[in-house]
Amino acid sequence: MYYIDPHIHMVSRTTDDYESLAKMGCVAVSEPAFWAGFDRGSVDGFRDYFRQLTEFEQRRSGWYGISHFTWLCINAKEAENVRLSREVIAMIPEFLDKPGVLGIGEIGLNKNTKNEAIIFLEHVDLAVRTGEQILIHTPHLEDKYPGTRMILDMLTGDSRLDRGRVLVDHVEEHTIRHVLEAGFWAGMTLYPVSKCTPQRAADMVEMYGPERLLVNSAGDWGPSKPSAVPDFILELRKRGHPESLIRRVVLENPMTFFSQSRGFNFTPPDAIEAPA
Amino acid sequence: MSTLSTAAEILEQEFLIVRAKLLETAAAFDRLDRAEGSVAADPRWQKLHQALEVLAASDPNRAEQLQLLFSLPYDARWREKFGISQNGKAIRP
Repeated sequence: MYYIDPHIHMVSRTTDDYESLAKMGCVAVSEPAFWAGFDRGSVDGFRDYFRQLTEFEQRRSGWYGISHFTWLCINAKEAENVRLSREVIAMIPEFLDKPGVLGIGEIGLNKNTKNEAIIFLEHVDLAVRTGEQILIHTPHLEDKYPGTRMILDMLTGDSRLDRGRVLVDHVEEHTIRHVLEAGFWAGMTLYPVSKCTPQRAADMVEMYGPERLLVNSAGDWGPSKPSAVPDFILELRKRGHPESLIRRVVLENPMTFFSQSRGFNFTPPDAIEAPA
Repeated sequence: MSTLSTAAEILEQEFLIVRAKLLETAAAFDRLDRAEGSVAADPRWQKLHQALEVLAASDPNRAEQLQLLFSLPYDARWREKFGISQNGKAIRP
């Protein structure tokens, strides 16, 4: 089955991973800007990173027939440096019209601090002013619940936002309902230990239905599995769910959400193969 | 939408998996008991014991309850504490 991984950090992965993903049916990836494991020291460091995201990764994924899309921001972990964050936010518009750019992300909170909240709000303001979609990181472990609630407070407090153009990622059992009921898209991240397993993600599909729900691997430089989405597909199949439901969650939903971005130019291979 | 399998079918599929996870938990608790020192006063140990009570209950949302048990609380007045206005405008730090 063809699928899209809507959240994966391919700059941290090898070219062999692209090949494996292609063999497993991955036809497109969306890569949010994130914390690369170390704090960058200058706006030029981010400019180079954004060039990698908007230029090199598209070329590398293209070797295996995978379309590459991306999101730009300074992540919450580096947002404690407010001055640098503002320099990066001011620089982001240089890249917004590059092919494959879907919006602002992954913005969010990490330890739920005042500076993180301020920079989050300034990213949201940039997205609204430039008409961009938003992809949101919610915190890890014990910080997830209060952080997700704070993020929802900030989003619902901005009447300019179109909630159908915002994806709140890394939801789990205690946050998914809040996100969906507020009208946002929700993403479930499949990680080996933290976040969500394929089995629990399948449980949440059964409990909440497939509407506005995505699933991703968030493969990155830490313990993660870039081929986790096929594990989720297999879990739903083992439970007897129809292919139409699986296809909706792993292919059609990402396409529906991303299609709201002017940078999303994509046709799935099976549509290309269909007779005219 | 709901689960397609019957409860009996799910138990058939999940029994050995859940059994193995419970054994891993039991073995980890035993390992702690065998080790020098005590973690009885550690809040994380107390959380683990509370988690066992959640598992033993018959509520339908155990996973959500466990997530909340292991979460920090949400303070609805966080904006006031941070000095961030309700209309979404940030106050410069």
